[in-house]
Amino acid sequence: MAGQSLTPELGPTGAAAARPLPRAVGNRRIVAGLLIVMAGSVLFVAVQPGLYKAFCEWTGLYDIDRAERIAASALPARRVTLEFDANSHDNGLRFRPEIASLVASTGDIVHVTYRIENTRDTAVIGQAVPSYGPQHAGGYVKKLDCFCFKQQTFAPHEIREMPVVFVLDKKLPDDVNTVTLSYTFFEVPAGSVTASPKPAESRT
Amino acid sequence: MQASQHAAHAGHHEDDSHGHGPTGLMRWITTTNHKDIGSMYLWFSFAMFLVGGAMSLIIRTELLSPGLQYLSPEFYNQMLTLHALIMVFGAIMPAFVGFANWMIPMMIGAPDMAFARMNNWSFWLLPPAAILLTASLFVPGGAAGTGWTLYPPLSIQMGIGMDMAIFAVHILGMSSIMGSINIITTILNMRTPGMTLMKMPLFCWTWLVTAFLLIASMPILAGAVTMLLTDRHFGTSFFNAAGGGDPVLFQHIFWFFGHPEVYIIALPAFGVVSHVIPAFSRKHLFGYTSMVYAIAAIGLISFFVWAHHMYVTGIPLTGQLYFMYATMLIAIPTGVKVFNWVTTMWRGSLTFETPMLFALGFLVLFTIGGLTGLVLAMTAVDIQLQDTYYVVAHFHYVMVAGALFSAYAGLYYWLPKWTGHMYNEGLGKLHFWLSMIFFNIAFFPQHFLGLAGMPRRIPDYAQQFADFNMISSIGSFGFGFSQLLVLVVVFQAMKGGAKAEARPWDGARGLEWTVPSPAPHHTFEEPPPFDPAEAHG
Repeated sequence: MAGQSLTPELGPTGAAAARPLPRAVGNRRIVAGLLIVMAGSVLFVAVQPGLYKAFCEWTGLYDIDRAERIAASALPARRVTLEFDANSHDNGLRFRPEIASLVASTGDIVHVTYRIENTRDTAVIGQAVPSYGPQHAGGYVKKLDCFCFKQQTFAPHEIREMPVVFVLDKKLPDDVNTVTLSYTFFEVPAGSVTASPKPAESRT
Repeated sequence: MQASQHAAHAGHHEDDSHGHGPTGLMRWITTTNHKDIGSMYLWFSFAMFLVGGAMSLIIRTELLSPGLQYLSPEFYNQMLTLHALIMVFGAIMPAFVGFANWMIPMMIGAPDMAFARMNNWSFWLLPPAAILLTASLFVPGGAAGTGWTLYPPLSIQMGIGMDMAIFAVHILGMSSIMGSINIITTILNMRTPGMTLMKMPLFCWTWLVTAFLLIASMPILAGAVTMLLTDRHFGTSFFNAAGGGDPVLFQHIFWFFGHPEVYIIALPAFGVVSHVIPAFSRKHLFGYTSMVYAIAAIGLISFFVWAHHMYVTGIPLTGQLYFMYATMLIAIPTGVKVFNWVTTMWRGSLTFETPMLFALGFLVLFTIGGLTGLVLAMTAVDIQLQDTYYVVAHFHYVMVAGALFSAYAGLYYWLPKWTGHMYNEGLGKLHFWLSMIFFNIAFFPQHFLGLAGMPRRIPDYAQQFADFNMISSIGSFGFGFSQLLVLVVVFQAMKGGAKAEARPWDGARGLEWTVPSPAPHHTFEEPPPFDPAEAHG
């Protein structure tokens, strides 16, 4: 290749203009350009992890519930009356909420305590099951913690105070101004005691 | 003029008689001749094609009926991964590099590639990579079983076979980049005087754009697998969520390479077809300029559509819409090409020799594959079809019926020039019809399987998919075994047969047909005069 000097004498007259440079020089220039393109690609991929992170943080693209959170926080909070109720099924438990009702804002974290007393001389095992009034409001009561998540065992004459913590979703339909949270305590018959709560009972 | 001729001869250490060059095996190991290297690329790619094909038959044997018959799920995964990697990087890409090596210097009137020694090196990198890939089957834990996309977290958890695949990808990438540098330099700097870029044969144009795509995208794949490697062994967490990384980042980087890769395979196939169809229509290619712009447009857009492979990764709606429309945009330049080929044939004086049959098969089946691609581009549809056999059918229509058929068209078209003998036309046509029929038996039912919800990359399937899978497997066996006919045809043409003229196809244009058949070991040591009648446009 080096011995080839392909300057003007090549080819028919006028055609030499198509190749103004000696081939070796032209080759070197092209390779230099291509190596720059390649280096650009290498650089591009090298900065990707950082760029990707910055881009995701900037746009929040991969924070998948971000849009939902923003939409939710944009909703106005409103005042809703919360009523608390408790029932027990003739199982020797005295079961009632500390407070019968309160007014809270949607989006606030609400703490309520229920008090339960075993009036029997024997231990009682049971679990509280929630229900809601109106029924469709149940989906908007987001429980963070609840005694109803687990089975409870009460020693004879034990008195226990148990918390329920929840947030009332801001998306609560406008026509609902009062939400009633009602618990019924069922005794678990001896012999069918399970170590973990049944799926239906663990719902929030 | 005489001085330069003398210098040109002095620059070569071997002459036409090979009297001074190494002989036997060393001739092939040390050769810097573009024709030798082109042949080696083609033989290598055919060998890899048989290996990858055998793997696909193992896969289809397992899928012949529901349930697990012959393979463990792990081995099945390794088979489909190696099948894909070997076919993409070992068979299709080297095949077109082989065509480029053989034909580009002869098409532009250059004596050889610009960097002849680097050309030798880019070929001889391939066998080690192929050995790494196939040998990985025999190491503890087996080969990579992630699918060719090598997605983490699975690829971070695999055994040493994964590392071998990563190194194989590195080596193949280096080979491709060196080959591309060679091709671009050859095309830009070594055309015979008078052959301007817009008078250059279209195959050279497709390779010019392809080579740029390779240079820009291969380092990106190399970077992605290097990050995988450091995640696996050096405690980084680029893609490891447990360390703060994001596996989705890998998908972005992979497909930023992966989509141009699709066109790296498709564009040279377009180039070959753009030679074959005018030759057997006995017309100039219709719309040469629009073809060139379409190639460039496809190459450019291919870098901006990658996330259409990732609609279900949780990209936002705006992103999905952008990638959907951008992907559909590619249909426009591709449509320009398809219509130009059809218009080239319009009122042409058509004959249907084997190259033309394969080119027409390409045209029909590639268009089907392109249309299913458009279906998959639509986000709403893709969410349903993601990872089903519909996708498998789609990309086999563009990869096999597209790239492979086009490679066969090129093989039959230029075989007389390479061997000096006409091939056996009857066998060639038999090969075409068997391929055409069995290909469709193998892959068309997979559309239905995908629409019915059969997931890909799983060795077992539900009972209701049994019939179509049986048909598909039978088709794949037929397709696989009919490919052995090519070996017969090529060996026959190498050993003898009707003597081929310098221009065996009366409608063929281009400088490669001005040299005798078989092409002498050295051609165009002096740039030939450029005859505008040989130009394509």
